[in-house]
Amino acid sequence: MSITRRDFLNAATATAGAAMTPGLSDAHPDEHDHEHQAEPSDPTLRVKALESLLVEKGLVDRAALDALVDTYEHKIGPRNGARVVARAWADPVYKQRLLADANDAMADFGYLSKQGDRMVVVENTPTVHNLIVCTLCSCYPWAVLGLPPVWYKSAPYRSRAVIDPRGVVREFGLELDQNVELHVWDSTAELRYMVLPERPAGTEQLNEDELAALVTRDAMVGVARVAPPSGGKR
Amino acid sequence: MNGIHDMGGMQDMGPVEYEKNEPVFHAAWEARVFAMMLAAGAWRKWNLDAFRHTREVLPPADYLRLSYYEQWLLGLRDLLVRRGLVTAAELENGAPAPGTAKATPPLTADKVPATLPTRIHANRDIPMSPRFQVGQRVRARNINPLGHTRLPRYARGKFGTIDRDHGVFVFPDTNAHFLGENPQHVYSVCFPARELWGASAAEKDCVYVDMWDDYLDPA
Repeated sequence: MSITRRDFLNAATATAGAAMTPGLSDAHPDEHDHEHQAEPSDPTLRVKALESLLVEKGLVDRAALDALVDTYEHKIGPRNGARVVARAWADPVYKQRLLADANDAMADFGYLSKQGDRMVVVENTPTVHNLIVCTLCSCYPWAVLGLPPVWYKSAPYRSRAVIDPRGVVREFGLELDQNVELHVWDSTAELRYMVLPERPAGTEQLNEDELAALVTRDAMVGVARVAPPSGGKR
Repeated sequence: MNGIHDMGGMQDMGPVEYEKNEPVFHAAWEARVFAMMLAAGAWRKWNLDAFRHTREVLPPADYLRLSYYEQWLLGLRDLLVRRGLVTAAELENGAPAPGTAKATPPLTADKVPATLPTRIHANRDIPMSPRFQVGQRVRARNINPLGHTRLPRYARGKFGTIDRDHGVFVFPDTNAHFLGENPQHVYSVCFPARELWGASAAEKDCVYVDMWDDYLDPA
């Protein structure tokens, strides 16, 4: 590999240059002495202007943008992952498939394709607890959990999840016994991880839909356990 | 690049701030930036590694100050210009240069569902021998490249064990700079917490880091 310092500086300068253009939430510095249609400083207007440009150039299709937003706002989210978890709890054969080849198992629901982007599911047990993080950016299993919450992408979570995972989950209200091994998965490559939480006690009579309703996003990231059904027997 | 983005193991960044019933997007413009990045990405003029690197080269103070989608917007603008889809003048004027032919968008609404499962598009179905076997003891290389890398600082020089082989993927250190895909095996490498953080870490805890062949040496 040969990234020269010049390559690096060129890239850095280009992007830093972009960063030096009027800050998104700062007032527009009126430094241009010639007349032109200056870019607005307000992010709403600025993004609108960019969208208009890209649509006008035929680079993006506005209906595709609407469809993408609608998909991630309404169609793809933690309910997907919850259905996968519920089936794994209800069907031991499915669970083994899920742990061995998550793509294959999730293709049953149409969430992933066998040939597509890769996913891995890691199982919580009475002796092992798993926690997912992306220390370098924000990698997250979109297909089953949707887009990540702000805290997952934040510096406090990304920095400490690897060095003090027990302290981090404690902030979420999860106290792990000293005898439980904590396995942290840092998503540094194009594998996306999801936790298969432990099935709570008192759920033996529940069907798959009822089980899925108990499963939370936080449990599938590993910062929480799945609580038993409220009012149900512990 | 030893940038601010490589924050695994840093301390004193404050408590994790949890928002109850958090919306997917906090403003309409965030959703549009998100969608534009995916739709423009369908031109395949750049890749996910190149996009990540646009955030990494933000000045550290800006990286910490800007919101997530503000970073995306800057990255999108940078890639659009650098990869030739838009000129700097067009960005500034908010209109296509006179006489520009209108393109046909590669991603239309009907194609959206089918494209999502291969959005990342980084695994390669190429038969290649892995350099390491499951169970093998390895040491992460101590490299400090100025460009993009996915080998986090906290793991460099540390000893671990190959836990599983995920198959062949493009290599981010070259791919991010359009210097070739350089496909190679990726493994989950198990690093004991005490190897990474010393005796105060819990004895049986560990951190799994995904590593490419070129990040590892036999140990």
